[in-house]
Amino acid sequence: MSIIEDVREIIASHGKLPVDVATLADDADLYAAGLSSFASVQLMLALEERFDIEFPETMLNRKTFASIGAISSAVAELAPQERVA
Amino acid sequence: MDMQSSLLDRLLAAGLLIDTGIDGLYGRSGAFEDVIARFEKLIDVHAPADARPEVIRFPPGMNRTHFEGSGYMKSFPQLAGTVHSFCGCELDHANLLQCIAEGGDWTEGQKATDVVLTPAACYPLYPVIAKRGPLPEGGGLFDLQSYCFRHEPSKDPARMQLFRMREFVRMGTPDQVTEFREDWMERGQALISAVGLDVELDTANDPFFGRAGKMMGNSQREQKLKFELLIPVTSSAKKTACLSFNYHQDHFGTTWGLTTHDGATAHTACVGFGLERIALALFARHGLETADWPADVRKALWG
Ligand SMILES: [Zn+2]
Repeated sequence: MSIIEDVREIIASHGKLPVDVATLADDADLYAAGLSSFASVQLMLALEERFDIEFPETMLNRKTFASIGAISSAVAELAPQERVA
Repeated sequence: MDMQSSLLDRLLAAGLLIDTGIDGLYGRSGAFEDVIARFEKLIDVHAPADARPEVIRFPPGMNRTHFEGSGYMKSFPQLAGTVHSFCGCELDHANLLQCIAEGGDWTEGQKATDVVLTPAACYPLYPVIAKRGPLPEGGGLFDLQSYCFRHEPSKDPARMQLFRMREFVRMGTPDQVTEFREDWMERGQALISAVGLDVELDTANDPFFGRAGKMMGNSQREQKLKFELLIPVTSSAKKTACLSFNYHQDHFGTTWGLTTHDGATAHTACVGFGLERIALALFARHGLETADWPADVRKALWG
């Protein structure tokens, strides 16, 4: 599975979105789609666990979690190389 | 030089604050209380004349179920204070006394009561108002004041464990509550200038706990949900937040099922005045003897 598919799956299970994640484009604004502050924290923790990464403090902001694409590139940047391949 | 302990030492020496042996827990003198009472009157003068808030005074403890429902433990577990009591039998009492006599930890057997110390003056309000049913057409406006507790022992007199917060809380449509907050950001600056203090308005975030809290805090800043009026108290370089202007969006509305008259989830906002911090800022700026304060400041407060 690619990172982006994993990310979509984690958003579906932890994002508590009022819409189906499958209907969202990679660049769709997740906050506009209903992602709350608390849900974004849970999403952050779930991503860390799934990909075995730790978001540095500089990335703990809204921009990092603004879209499926943004999350995927943040994960790709932090994940060990072999997992990205 | 340790400016923080020096202001505290001077306040204690002048008898304005009275030491209890616990950092952040002080008695207040009549002169100190008079400044707070006068400042509260001045808040009323600066409040919009056409808006009549419902005045409610809660004691400094709140319903534990409401505290749990508010989500406070998600964000600030380190600051909360719960009330525990002895709930045992006579034998437990005898054991308790023996434990105290031996210098042991007698608090281990204390049981949580249904009361939690109020962490912010507006926390007890939302569930109580939600229970009344939908808000009236113009929304809700409330005037609160309460002692609040935060577990953060410190020698900084501006960081007390028990302190008073005066608040106005607005509930209604997003437009109604954001307009209220904008209005008070102006009024708050005028109010503080009227008592001869320098103000600086800045975006802020609450001290959310842990890494998840870092994220919450950054998000709060990015969305400009919290503004603070910063005033020099113990240091002019590192100013102290004396007023805060908070937009909670639909957080409390969703949490408590609070709705507008037409059934939409209500948005809420509050403006909070840290009364001790403002009094401290006044003493730090104008001196420890209120009779010697500048004439215009005395006129604003005492008429
Ligand atoms: Zn409040």
